[in-house]
Amino acid sequence: MLRADNVCFAYGKGPAIGPAKRPAKVGHYVPTDNELTNYARTDFVLTDVTFEVGRGQIVGLLGPNGSGKTTLLRILSGILRPASGRVALNGTEVGRLSHRELARQIAVVPQETHATFDFSVLDIVLMGRYPHLGAFELEGIADLEIAREALAATGTTAFESRQFATLSGGEKQRVVIASALAQASALLLLDEPTASLDLGYQFEIAALLGRLNRTRGTTMVVSTHDLNLAAALCSEVVLLKQGRVLAQGSTEEALTAANVRALYGIDADVGFHKRAGHLTVVPIGRSL
Amino acid sequence: MIVTWSAFGALAVGACLLAPLVGSTTIRLAAVFDRSRPFADNIDAQIFFVARLPRVLSAALVGSGLSVAGVVFQALLRNPLASPDTLGVSAGAALGAILAITFHLDFSLLGVSAVPLASFSGSIGALGIVYALSVVRRRGTSTTVLLLAGVTLTALLGAVVRFVQYVADFTETFQTVRWLMGSLDVAAYAPIGAALVPMTAAFAGFVTLPRALDLISVGSESAAARGVNVTQSERVALVSASLATGAAVSLGGPVSFVGIVVPHLVRLITGADHRLVLPASALFGAAFLIGCDLIARTALAPVELPVGIVTAIIGGPFFLWLLFRRG
Repeated sequence: MLRADNVCFAYGKGPAIGPAKRPAKVGHYVPTDNELTNYARTDFVLTDVTFEVGRGQIVGLLGPNGSGKTTLLRILSGILRPASGRVALNGTEVGRLSHRELARQIAVVPQETHATFDFSVLDIVLMGRYPHLGAFELEGIADLEIAREALAATGTTAFESRQFATLSGGEKQRVVIASALAQASALLLLDEPTASLDLGYQFEIAALLGRLNRTRGTTMVVSTHDLNLAAALCSEVVLLKQGRVLAQGSTEEALTAANVRALYGIDADVGFHKRAGHLTVVPIGRSL
Repeated sequence: MIVTWSAFGALAVGACLLAPLVGSTTIRLAAVFDRSRPFADNIDAQIFFVARLPRVLSAALVGSGLSVAGVVFQALLRNPLASPDTLGVSAGAALGAILAITFHLDFSLLGVSAVPLASFSGSIGALGIVYALSVVRRRGTSTTVLLLAGVTLTALLGAVVRFVQYVADFTETFQTVRWLMGSLDVAAYAPIGAALVPMTAAFAGFVTLPRALDLISVGSESAAARGVNVTQSERVALVSASLATGAAVSLGGPVSFVGIVVPHLVRLITGADHRLVLPASALFGAAFLIGCDLIARTALAPVELPVGIVTAIIGGPFFLWLLFRRG
């Protein structure tokens, strides 16, 4: 469904190869100071990243901070253009699609969402209908039905008329996922969806994602620091280190103690856990 | 949605019709529109159309322009305390206009005369500085950075304004001092026409924005992921809001706090959806400033206060309340 071929990316610092010296910014993204210093040193945020996401799969992006996970997701969603290489969605290069066309096929769930104004939960979910409406078109009954269905699918129906800002972190994340579902795109990109949540909410979101994948066949690419979440949820993983692919493949093959050590410098036990029903990673300490 | 629009529309039209009736001489609306008497004999109609209506219409135009500019800045910068005044945009517009007035600049471009043009250049210049500063400091939505930059810029531009006044001759200084207090002392239709051109252009831009502003106010990156052309919307929004501020300031001076009071009051009634907030703020902003000007004209009659004093007395405490409410 989604293919990334030899994707390279740099923030315009250092010698860039490939067709674009400065990558074109589609959305308005300003790198943080921290990112700029990181990138000034390494020049390339991503180098030769190639992988494929099949329909109905959940693929995990793993790697330490600054390894390029978020940048890769931005490139996959078309917000950033790669300096070289190509991202194709069902065979069409992502850069050739308009903002709206892209949004009808790919939905993005950011790590955190803050509403500046007093939008209701339903307002937030209805925003997912934006790419399906004309410039001056108002949401109709059909859009409202789709939004309500998305609320039901994420278990947030009860919050419908509450103010988004008053929800807890986990509830907000479920509503944002509902908004992404209302976008009715077959591919969901999630950037560390559980990073700011407590353990209970982490499991709740993981269960929700698994359920959406099983019942609706939603394809997902999930970046995360939570190796156990990735093990539970993802059929395949891509391990990124300093913008390069360290390992990729099925979760069983790629998520090994050796790779965890190479990625994070952490000595860990990785093994199949009977009660959990998937691989689990137990970090022991820093490896020497 | 239609009901809300109509209600705010009725409020604005009502304010435009009723406000000119109030003043030192009492006139009646029925007499004003009495077609049986010729205009030359109809004192009521003369007072209404010649003496008072231009001032009321200016108030409407200035009030709408500043209110909508406030709405747009708040959404774009994801900051409920942003407004033409707090960002220093009004101060920039004021400096531009003062320079044009003091140095008798007399040219026009595309039918827009020197003062509105200079005012627009000032507003977009000031906005450019604040925006660049806030974007450089990570994502530009930090309230502290934005407000401090706005305050600093306002002080700095104020000093330049005082310098210009200091070197200018006495009569001009007197005029500009009155004008800087935010005065709607407009007694002719020509300045309204001059401000109407850039204001119309600004509103043509605003019409395209409401839904994009909804999504951008929740996050520019997620807006882009939902199909909003963020860069283009931001450009249209910033230029239109600067145009509206420039046009408003060139007509009525830097009338303070309108751009912050009106959008918040409107949101209390309509909720956050910009398809309601934007038109409702334009209409309510008109009615609000007409009302403030009515107070300014009658509070110490026959002395007519500059309307900026009234809006500041209402808006100052309101702004502090907002600041504290947000914690």
